[in-house]
Amino acid sequence: MRKRYFDHVATNPLDVRVFDAMMPYFTEDFGNPLSIYDLGAKAKEAIEKARAHVASLINSKSSEIIFTSSGAEANNFALRGIALARQNEGKHVIVSKMEHHSILNSARFLEKMGFVVTFLPVDKYGIVAPDTVRKSITKETTLISIIHASSEVGTIEPIKEIGQIAKEKGIIFHTDAVAAAGNIPVDVKELGVDLLSMAAHQFYGPKGAGALYVREGLRIVPLIYGGIQENGRRAGTENVPAIVGMGRAAELAKDEMADRIEQAKKLRDKLIKGVSGIENIYLTGHPVPISRDSQRENRLPAHASFTVEFIEGEAMLLLLAAKGIYAASGSACSSKALKASPVLLSMGVSSNLAQGSIVFTLGAGSTEEDIDYLLSEFPQVIKRLREMSPYAKGWGMKGEGGECTVQK
Amino acid sequence: MYSAKVMDHFTNPRNVGEIPDADGIGAEGNPTCGDVMQIFIKVKDDTIVDAKFKTFGCGAAIAVSSMITEMIKGKTIDEALAISKETVANELGGLPAQKMHCSNLGADALKKAIEDYRNKKK
Repeated sequence: MRKRYFDHVATNPLDVRVFDAMMPYFTEDFGNPLSIYDLGAKAKEAIEKARAHVASLINSKSSEIIFTSSGAEANNFALRGIALARQNEGKHVIVSKMEHHSILNSARFLEKMGFVVTFLPVDKYGIVAPDTVRKSITKETTLISIIHASSEVGTIEPIKEIGQIAKEKGIIFHTDAVAAAGNIPVDVKELGVDLLSMAAHQFYGPKGAGALYVREGLRIVPLIYGGIQENGRRAGTENVPAIVGMGRAAELAKDEMADRIEQAKKLRDKLIKGVSGIENIYLTGHPVPISRDSQRENRLPAHASFTVEFIEGEAMLLLLAAKGIYAASGSACSSKALKASPVLLSMGVSSNLAQGSIVFTLGAGSTEEDIDYLLSEFPQVIKRLREMSPYAKGWGMKGEGGECTVQK
Repeated sequence: MYSAKVMDHFTNPRNVGEIPDADGIGAEGNPTCGDVMQIFIKVKDDTIVDAKFKTFGCGAAIAVSSMITEMIKGKTIDEALAISKETVANELGGLPAQKMHCSNLGADALKKAIEDYRNKKK
């Protein structure tokens, strides 16, 4: 059976061209970039070339890019590194409820360290209102971190507007652009961000490669101490093949972005239109604008997410997988922690409905035929599970059924 | 993640549906925290002659529901009451640890259905 991969926010296959670029650095040009002989120099040259490509993708200088092992590391680094570097000026940090766990849990770590953290609410589309950010700022605020685009609901945040507020107030502004960078145009100057996180596997680079953009002149406390790699800001012998891969993936993403976006949007819109025709199913995140003249879309081009009433996400994922369709869900049952997606809950989705979360994300390999196949199979999966569900016939609306037998 | 037997009961669940003139109906669970199971039993001469279920939940919850309805058919009320969460999980070839309590609602729903049957009989 053909595999139809609709989980591109989870990860992506490596682009073969990226793979080819990486290959020599595993076995032939394996030198340590710090070594002074030619083998070292060759590795050093390769990572600097990669750095230039990554910088170019987000319109920064090469010297402003610090390579990390992942997007999560970049997020940890940004939050901890800036909060600690500026703790004498204040101990208040602002994040939103849309953030990834690597931001939320870093923020909770800061709380334990004595910082005060504000977790900003969002509207029903998951948008952080710039005015809410402005109102939350205190004299103690040193850092604001807002996600660029949500991998769960596809919503793109008003980063530029929030950046203006941060600049005006002299507060450092970080954005987690892991789901955005490489997939939509990201320009650090236009956005007015001081720090930005990214991950290579989100744009067909390797896993284990990420980067943090840190604006020139900004002081940041390292997360990893040791040698002088990355200008002493991130120790550890560089993962040269992965960095080379990230550079090549960034180069390709920049060159091909316009085409990739156009293709993704076409398929996404077909998917959303098709799925929206099913009864009792709701789009989550920002709706696609009706008019295509709109300069800015508030939804990732390859992202379609829904909640399906009366049934549960994990069961949907398993039945879809049995048909060769791979998707994601934010339901409690499908998470290892057995907790419903905090992002959906913060958008006002009820915990019952959040159980029916399903996320389809498209990528370079997605075809129109894949969407047709999904649209023919998905309604059957829903029908089958609804036939099993006590809720589908209106039962349970008055709270029948027992209490939770266990605390989750 | 799931055993072959769990996947079998999930993909081909037995006894899905309702019994319109059921002698006992029991429900357990809460959609806020996870799964909900509804079980219907038909009893004749103190023996369960038919059982059906409706379940909202993950793969494990559906497999548990299917399995327990299979297990209780032909059993006396007392034999059915002796079925525990562990018995059901063992019959399924085991359940992942995090699913053991949240999704393994069959035995509790069954107890409620039997309670309902006994109350109706009074």
